[in-house]
Amino acid sequence: MRKHRSNGFWPALRGNRKAMTGAVILLVFTLVAAFPGLFTSVRDPNALLSPPSLQPSGAHWLGTTSLGQDIYAQLVYGTRQSLIIAVVAGAFATVLSVLIGVSAAYLGGVFDDLLSMLTNVMLVIPAFPLIIILSKYAGKGSLTVMLAVLVATGWSYGANQLRAQALSLRNRDFLESARVRGERRGYIIVFEVLPTMTSLIVANFLGAALYSVLSAAGLQFLGLGDPNSSSWGTMLYWSQNQQALLTGSPLWSLAPGLCVALLGAAFALINYAFDEIGNPALRPVRTNARTRVKTVKKRGQRVQRAESQ
Amino acid sequence: MSSAPNHSDPSSDHEPLLDVRGLRVSYQSSRGPVEAVGGVDLRVGRGEFVGVVGESGCGKSTLLFAVAQLLSPPAAITDGSVEFKGQNLVRLTEKQLNALRWRDYSVVMQSAMNALNPVTTIAAQFKDAILAHDRRSAEQIRARSVEVLQLVGIDPVHLGSYPHQLSGGMRQRAMIAMALLFTPDLVIMDEPTSALDVVAQRSLMVQIKELQQLLGFAVVFVTHDMSLVSHFSDRLLVMYAGQVVEAGPTRQVFDAPAHPYSRGLLDAFPSIHGPRVPLTGIPGSPPDLAEPPPGCRFAPRCPVVEEACHRVAPALYPVGGVLSRCLLDAPDRRTPATPVEATS
Amino acid sequence: MTEGLTHQEASRPAAPLPIPPLLETVELTRHFKVGAGLSRRMLHAVDGVNLVINRQEIVALVGESGSGKSTVARLLAQVHRPTSGEIRYQGRSLAALRGRRAQLAYRSDVPMVFQDPFSSLNPAYPVAHGILRGLKLHRPELGRAERQAEAERVVEAVGLSPATEILARYPHELSGGQRQRIGFAQALAYRPKLILADEPVSMLDVSIRIGLLNVMAELREREGVSFLYITHDIASARYVSDRLLVMYGGHVVESGPTEDVLAGPKHPYTQLLLSAVPDPRAPLEVDAAAAKSEPPVVIDPGPGCRFRERCPFAVERCFAETPLLRELGPAHTAACHVAVADEVPTAAV
Repeated sequence: MRKHRSNGFWPALRGNRKAMTGAVILLVFTLVAAFPGLFTSVRDPNALLSPPSLQPSGAHWLGTTSLGQDIYAQLVYGTRQSLIIAVVAGAFATVLSVLIGVSAAYLGGVFDDLLSMLTNVMLVIPAFPLIIILSKYAGKGSLTVMLAVLVATGWSYGANQLRAQALSLRNRDFLESARVRGERRGYIIVFEVLPTMTSLIVANFLGAALYSVLSAAGLQFLGLGDPNSSSWGTMLYWSQNQQALLTGSPLWSLAPGLCVALLGAAFALINYAFDEIGNPALRPVRTNARTRVKTVKKRGQRVQRAESQ
Repeated sequence: MSSAPNHSDPSSDHEPLLDVRGLRVSYQSSRGPVEAVGGVDLRVGRGEFVGVVGESGCGKSTLLFAVAQLLSPPAAITDGSVEFKGQNLVRLTEKQLNALRWRDYSVVMQSAMNALNPVTTIAAQFKDAILAHDRRSAEQIRARSVEVLQLVGIDPVHLGSYPHQLSGGMRQRAMIAMALLFTPDLVIMDEPTSALDVVAQRSLMVQIKELQQLLGFAVVFVTHDMSLVSHFSDRLLVMYAGQVVEAGPTRQVFDAPAHPYSRGLLDAFPSIHGPRVPLTGIPGSPPDLAEPPPGCRFAPRCPVVEEACHRVAPALYPVGGVLSRCLLDAPDRRTPATPVEATS
Repeated sequence: MTEGLTHQEASRPAAPLPIPPLLETVELTRHFKVGAGLSRRMLHAVDGVNLVINRQEIVALVGESGSGKSTVARLLAQVHRPTSGEIRYQGRSLAALRGRRAQLAYRSDVPMVFQDPFSSLNPAYPVAHGILRGLKLHRPELGRAERQAEAERVVEAVGLSPATEILARYPHELSGGQRQRIGFAQALAYRPKLILADEPVSMLDVSIRIGLLNVMAELREREGVSFLYITHDIASARYVSDRLLVMYGGHVVESGPTEDVLAGPKHPYTQLLLSAVPDPRAPLEVDAAAAKSEPPVVIDPGPGCRFRERCPFAVERCFAETPLLRELGPAHTAACHVAVADEVPTAAV
């Protein structure tokens, strides 16, 4: 039998245009975050170096802020924090989701009841007001606090999904086979159950990352972040604070907003590839136009597109 | 290309109820088109019980779906005709098909638990089925529902039950009752007994046969269990890799199977009577239909294969009262091999 | 494992010690709670089962779904704990097994093969995974190269080759029959004494079943392994087994050498099963009444034979008193009040 790993990650990614687009966007952002110096000559984006409120020009591609900072440079340097938030908060939230969701499913009984109750309570509480309240009282401005808050509010949705899937897996014969083999419970959960759930876990991560990007931007816009840091959200805060849209520097608001949206979209697009890996039924049948099947036409029906070889 | 009127399926003389000729079904896959059914002829006379037998992947279920016009993309009929009471079903529109469905022919699916709606009562589902195809008053619907349930031996009190409240055997019989609501002329069944235990299977088959004799409908019965259908069918078709490899009266196919695959299949059933003999089954597995082998499709696994079998695709040849798709049964067998082009 | 001698046995003159059977159960019982929350109703999945499996023998356990046969397998595999009764392996009770090492040793001697080839192998790993893990757990003395070699040996022993290539494949790249053979290979890797095979061929095509049944017979000859072959298909049970046990409603209703039981079934249920098996060469016979009913769901049963509702020979005693297995022929027992011993022809139709 021919050996083709048709359910591998790379083939799915390559074959899926949406996911490739998302991956490319993410790659670009990652490079910008890692090597900001390659993308702009400005070394300190917060320094008040230039004349304020300039229009876009050759020297300042997106113009300058009302305080005299290069907008494009701020955008470049802000990428790092936004990306870090997305990835770190997303990762921790996913880890929590996995721990709680899968344990609840596998341990069952009283543990399941307790963990499910916890999950459901967190789900029901409106997230954004909660985030605002937590940020306000936990100490405004610290990145660590923001990450903690995002993780605390972002894990519950994934936990429910993962629990549902783990439950459906619970009675699969290969798990019973592992039990009968004598494997310990912890081993089974980590090495037998989780690997079959990778696509869902990765999809969860992407969803959590998306959620973190948007929520972080929102928090910072509201002034609950550190106003002195460089990030897109802070740019949104300052530009709104300085009435950028009304005073002729719309790019100061639009550019960071667009970047937030783009990064979020990147995560969402990559998710498409994982849907397909996880559920082969969603894979579109990719056919060679030459060999498409010619079908018998029905009375009164238009002829089907018949391209037979 | 449609096949010449060379019916590969001997049947009774009078006008057949169902006449399938040269039916081909293909579906798209990521590796190109796959022909799941490669030119099948099937004739069913009035009141006849025809068994279609084969293992997984032979195309029998696809054939059934194609005949019942239930195929959905990516599968589609690419050639052939399905003449039912004089009309070619393949060319009918949905509206015209609806006029025939359930009243003239009906379908019983493999797993009742999947086919019955778990959230409505049996009565509601019967009502749905009736109203979808005819106008009847509530009185008439109720009367008919009670009648069909009694026909299959279910106490009409179960009209108010939900599917999960019935046992497996009862659910399956409810499915059959539903298929008989309009007393159709043809009932197509796709492995209706495979989810049941052997005693329930036997009882259900007997029931089906009794009903058939009472009401006079024809049955096309698809199954992988050859021995089960052997007592009940008038004629048998054996399918392999999308083709019919043997067809004929049941007793003949059983007593003297002509095709090596039928022989192998029959031999693979251990018997409970008679001496205990070691059996071998059929080694290997069915061919990949995306790239079927040239020549005979059974050649790679055939115990009596000859060199010509790998090159020449055999047609169905009459031999001893059955039709067999085997070069060894070709009429010109005794003359040295001149490759005969297959016509179907 | 050596047998310990009691003081009395040691002081007797040297009579040959009876070798205990490989595995034996004594009044094995398992009940499950049914209903929600505070319900106290119990499903009697397995009741008072006494079975014996000897070395190098294939014992078939036949019954419909709901008869308790799968539960028996799971009890023997220690998936469930018995509600009451005992399982003795090589003379020692399983309940007395202490410690992980002893547990592993039992699991190593008595592994299980599952029914569904489509879900019995973890789809995320190549098929070698289960075999290698098993070897790591149960034969820790082997190094990595030895494990690989052993994995290849067992894969060849079940008729798959080339072994190295097959081991590298993922489950979805193998056919159903091949996957089941891998299941057997996994069990074989432990050098087991007894393999519990829970309907290993039911989900396979007919032409492939024989191949696997032959593998089982071969393993019994070549490797000296016993099998508990659980199935609802009495024909395949006949093909491969030395002894046959028939279960109904949680009880063993008949037991004996396969040919004897099939030639002269004593219990009415066995007779019904046999008459229902389609055999194209035999004429059609049907017992309408018994055939129409369903196997029981045994919840909080009272005394009495569980087959009484469907039995054509039931008498008053059958409703009052639960029949016990009694010997009606050489090594041939049946649990029925009306069945007669071998001298007289049975009252079977």
